Amino acid sequence: MSRLGMAIDTRKCVGCMDCVVACKTENNLPEGFDRDWITTEVSGSFPNLTMQIRTERCNHCSDTPCVSCCPTGASHIHDFGGVVLVDHDLCIGCKACVASCPYDARYIHPDGYADKCTFCIHRVENGEDPACVSVCPTYCMHFGDLDDPNSEVSKLVASRKSSVQHPAAGTKPNIFYLE
Amino acid sequence: MITVSRRRFLKITGFGLGAAAAVSASEPLAKSAEYINAKTGKGKGIEKIPTTCDICFWKCGAIAYLKDGELWKIEGNPEDPLSNGRLCPRGTGGIGAHFDKDRLKSPLIRKNERGEDQWVAVTWDEALSYIAEKMNKIKAKYGPESVALFSHGIGGNFLKHTLKAYGSPNVAAPSFAQCRGPRDVGFELTFGEPVGSPERTDIENADCLVLIGSHLGENMHNTQVQEFSRFIENKGTLIVVDPRFSVAAGKAKYYLPIKPGTDTALILAWMNVIVSMGLYDKEYVEKYGFGFEQFSQLISLNTPEWAYIQTGIDPEIIRATAIEMAKNKPRTLVHPGRHTTWYGNDAQRSRAIALLNALLGSWGRKGGFFFPASLDIPNYPYPEYPHGERGKVDNPGKKYPFASETITTGIREATITGEPYPIKGWLVYATNLIQALPDREETIKAIQNLDLMVVVDVVPSEIAGWADVVLPEDTYLERFDDLSITPFKKPFISLRQPVISSPGDTKPNWWIARELAIKLGLGHYYPWTNIEEYFKKRLGAAGYSYDELKKKGILKGEETPIFFEDGIEPVFYTPSGKIEFYSPQLQAAGFSPVPEFEKPKENPPGYLRLIYGRSPVHTFSRTQSNHLLSDLYEENEVWVNTSVAMKYGYKSGDKIRLANTYGVKSEPVKVKVTERIRPDCVFLVHGFGQTSKMLKSTYKKGASDSLLLKNCSTDPLMGGTGLNNNFVTFEEA
Repeated sequence: MSRLGMAIDTRKCVGCMDCVVACKTENNLPEGFDRDWITTEVSGSFPNLTMQIRTERCNHCSDTPCVSCCPTGASHIHDFGGVVLVDHDLCIGCKACVASCPYDARYIHPDGYADKCTFCIHRVENGEDPACVSVCPTYCMHFGDLDDPNSEVSKLVASRKSSVQHPAAGTKPNIFYLE
Repeated sequence: MITVSRRRFLKITGFGLGAAAAVSASEPLAKSAEYINAKTGKGKGIEKIPTTCDICFWKCGAIAYLKDGELWKIEGNPEDPLSNGRLCPRGTGGIGAHFDKDRLKSPLIRKNERGEDQWVAVTWDEALSYIAEKMNKIKAKYGPESVALFSHGIGGNFLKHTLKAYGSPNVAAPSFAQCRGPRDVGFELTFGEPVGSPERTDIENADCLVLIGSHLGENMHNTQVQEFSRFIENKGTLIVVDPRFSVAAGKAKYYLPIKPGTDTALILAWMNVIVSMGLYDKEYVEKYGFGFEQFSQLISLNTPEWAYIQTGIDPEIIRATAIEMAKNKPRTLVHPGRHTTWYGNDAQRSRAIALLNALLGSWGRKGGFFFPASLDIPNYPYPEYPHGERGKVDNPGKKYPFASETITTGIREATITGEPYPIKGWLVYATNLIQALPDREETIKAIQNLDLMVVVDVVPSEIAGWADVVLPEDTYLERFDDLSITPFKKPFISLRQPVISSPGDTKPNWWIARELAIKLGLGHYYPWTNIEEYFKKRLGAAGYSYDELKKKGILKGEETPIFFEDGIEPVFYTPSGKIEFYSPQLQAAGFSPVPEFEKPKENPPGYLRLIYGRSPVHTFSRTQSNHLLSDLYEENEVWVNTSVAMKYGYKSGDKIRLANTYGVKSEPVKVKVTERIRPDCVFLVHGFGQTSKMLKSTYKKGASDSLLLKNCSTDPLMGGTGLNNNFVTFEEA
């Protein structure tokens, strides 16, 4: 089994949103909707400030409230790498998954189904990185198999201080932010 | 304090109505794609076409993807030394320019008064005949020099050729007197060469990087940001000087929250520490330096304690950062910046930056400044241009003795005063002068003096609204441009070529320039009929294959040394042939031979200094109607320090107007309450608050910084306009 995930170097990320626009064009997203976004967290008072910039998206969790709550089985875990996907034909747009996601990663597509990051599974299955990873001008994003101890992502997570978003939600997210 | 960039996302998911609106908004896109399919008859499947980006001037190599004949996406060309296969967000969103609903669709001639935005659609023949007739009248009455061209980017090359053939030397770009001019002049006075574009900075190999107001990461010059990331990866020491806590500041070991306008005091103090402690590169300075003794005497009183009073920066921090720079020499890069027209004395500040680099021995060294390599492609063998008796109009009597390029605002002044001779025609290519130049009413006054005003652009920019004739250009995705021969670390050429047809009656600029020349009776200046003939001739003369360039998008030459340590001969094209620590030519012209600190204007009571900068997703005021980019950042916000906002009772999202000391008021703009800025200034991203009625999607979104820039002081060395010298207060929206 493989467990696909990301290690994102927040020291390098400049929050330029290239990942956001690359996702828009790669996946032909409707105007006004995004599957990934930038969060900027600032603490302290001027001029003694610290700032972390993060590119965020679906965490492709190992424990998935969005899949458990889906009444039709549209939200599911894909065989390849444990990627969390939505079957548009099965989805009835009930928004249960939207409400269950602690990361606010899902939205209802204008065509009526729940939509979110797919890790660009159409690219990944062809041996390519997701569009956001391969476009990043700061090379801050790394993608790979977290279950393979020799993968770049596993090595980065093992060797660097990192954190996940909302660990208390217990979803076992697979995106790690390197500090 | 957390900000999330997906405002529309959140807004739309919250309300069913918003989602419905988004569906109808995307309909014209699909229609446009169908139209192109029908027109081009492109086949099924994925097609990849290499080209060169034009969303900014960096000219990254790109690969456009068509899916079933429709424009799908654009990526970096992995062969390109500038993009390394990765475009910046603007480049990635570049396809939005093709789909822009507001873009120009046919030539237009003005119906009523200038600026009223009332138009009649005409044919290309009618539009060009009208222009040629007016240009011939101006030539007969005032001489050919009385037509000027304002042009930005490589796309303007053929219009420049036509104008020179017509007999005018008056070609200017705001990139000099409103942008990088002071920097290039300051470096040229010191090292004998400008920094150039792309900057000759070796950020990736630096061990210490100093950014003074330069906000890499927000300012998205692709290769620089990529190198900046490698610098961070290599754990280099970053020192950031900025009144605003920029993205780069968030990554710095030292953040120096300087009082605006006092950078030169800080740089002088750094040099004072490095010289007085004997920490400079003695061998380098001795070998290549001129006038070091006089220089070190003149800066001997500029101690960190003196600079503290001016800058507000703790003297111990000034010392520590100077020592840090010296410790890492010669791999310490004090970045020269790019947009450097700030306070009207910027060439001397830039010269101070050049001198600090000279002390550290970084010019010509790895981790400092490289000597760019470029391919030698001969120019097309055109007939000689006519040489009129009158020189350029912009700088009479060499009022600005060190101006090395044409001064836009000098042409504007001559257009208003008629001195040293009248300017009666403006051709404006791809530069929105309404936002690019300060003192907007001066620009409009100049335009009202013209007999002919022509704008060539892709979108109906604000300046297009003031034209007599508007010529719609193909977007960069639909046209060829001149060969891009970029001086950089590796020599290469890149080609911009059409990847899809335009949905309107638009034309490439080379065609426009050539047809205009023919109408002016100057057809012999265009011995070629199609631009591909022109490419073949130029490339063939240098032994390169056009067919190969067309296929690959990039052709590379042999790599050559770019650093002194790799064998570059240290040559300095200054009068002394050395690095001029003390400048006799500045002294002879009546200026300080070594930079001196001039106190900036103080804030009038109740006013804050207006500073501005870039968003990573927009270029100037050119990209705001691109739906992919406006989806990321639709309108700017005014950054106000938390303590100031509290005093006025503002919270983030409140709408206010900014008013300058002359009573000019901005459009309503949202407040961004933040700790990330000094309490004595406010910040805007440049390019918003646009008022072109034809550019519906951007109309009056956010506030224009440039509208508020009035009576900017002018750099006495080179004519640059000091654009950070205005003060604003808050008024109700």
